[in-house]
Amino acid sequence: MNRWTRDEMAQRVARDIDDGAVVNLGIGLPTLVANHLPADKEVVLHSENGVVGMGPAPAAGNEDYDLINAGKQPVTLLPGGAYFHHADSFAMMRGGHLDVCVLGAFQVSERGDLANWHTGAADAIPAVGGAMDLAIGAKRTYVMMEHTTKKGDSKIVPACTYPLTGIACVSRIYTELAVMEVTATGLKLVDQVAGNGFDELQKVTGTPLSR
Amino acid sequence: MINKVHPSAETALRDVPDGATVMIGGFGTAGLPNELIDALITQGAKELTIVNNNAGNGDTGLAALLAAGRVRKIICSFPRQADSHHFDRLYRAGKLELELVPQGNLAERIRAAGAGIGGFFTPTGYGTLLADGKETREINGRMYVLEAPIHADFALIKAEQGDRWGNLLYRKTARNFGPVMAMAARTTVATVHEIVELGALDPEAIVTPGIFVQRVVKVGRVATGAGGFKQLA
Repeated sequence: MNRWTRDEMAQRVARDIDDGAVVNLGIGLPTLVANHLPADKEVVLHSENGVVGMGPAPAAGNEDYDLINAGKQPVTLLPGGAYFHHADSFAMMRGGHLDVCVLGAFQVSERGDLANWHTGAADAIPAVGGAMDLAIGAKRTYVMMEHTTKKGDSKIVPACTYPLTGIACVSRIYTELAVMEVTATGLKLVDQVAGNGFDELQKVTGTPLSR
Repeated sequence: MINKVHPSAETALRDVPDGATVMIGGFGTAGLPNELIDALITQGAKELTIVNNNAGNGDTGLAALLAAGRVRKIICSFPRQADSHHFDRLYRAGKLELELVPQGNLAERIRAAGAGIGGFFTPTGYGTLLADGKETREINGRMYVLEAPIHADFALIKAEQGDRWGNLLYRKTARNFGPVMAMAARTTVATVHEIVELGALDPEAIVTPGIFVQRVVKVGRVATGAGGFKQLA
């Protein structure tokens, strides 16, 4: 099957972010989206550790470790940006003030349940950070992930088997094969990689897709 | 006369008792009050409950406090990191109790304590393991979980500028948990890099009013590649 590269996936997500939107990009794959926001759109980035209007990484030698993102990497502040404390930062999420957040995932269910914080393994040390607040907080929650696990199992499932991060919170799923919208009647295909057939995609997807 | 300025971190932490709940500001290493943590290690209080976003990095600061065996329980959102080996070892050995809290619930539970709120209903965590056993309620068609405030005996925070009344300004994202922790503790100790004359801070810009701060300690800037302020050469 043809596949989008990680940068093409990020580009595809960026297309679904409107001019003027306030957006939180999760750690990992979602961070790539920042590199593909078109110059003609003014998109404001929020980071849960207390900054909105976040800019790109500073040039080498100009790092300021009092100005970092949620991944604890040095960033910059754009004109118009602001700093605030943690309770305000999470009020921005929980209070529905963010337009979009983009998160990674282990699994997403057909009703938009998200599992992305804990494998549930007995010896795993759990860590949740802001994942649960982000999942339920933004007006639209996008998930960006591989379509299948390394073993080839679909990460899109009838019901998550990993511990949940949030219930019915995902709006849209972006993989290297397709873009799917979560609807009241299940997943609807929005877009898929050119050259692949619908049946081919359905075969590697754990829940029924509608067109 | 009110003068909250203490000569050293050691005198500011002299009365931390065994069994105290101690909030420590910082997200990763930004805003982490290293000098106060070092003083707490020297001071010797044990059986502590620590509230911080993380559970220590590397071998210094909070990680050193854990390694010294002085912490009974940690309340945090993100303990597991590439260099959290002291936490990992103690947790796996059953020597450290962990209360894992979603980051926004952690901030709000701290804020609630400082604001005199007895608890609040939040949608975060509903239907997950972290809400197991907690009271839930449907409000206007949405499900919420009842969360309790987190009070502390001491809060140790890092700010940028302060005055003898305890008014504080912070620096960039090092602000993080400082303002809410200052509200939630009976005794808040803040380090600052500069102590200014009363009246010198712009009252329109003061982030934490001195009413929330009991002790202020001046510390030097530390050049570091992995946290805090990177000093220009």
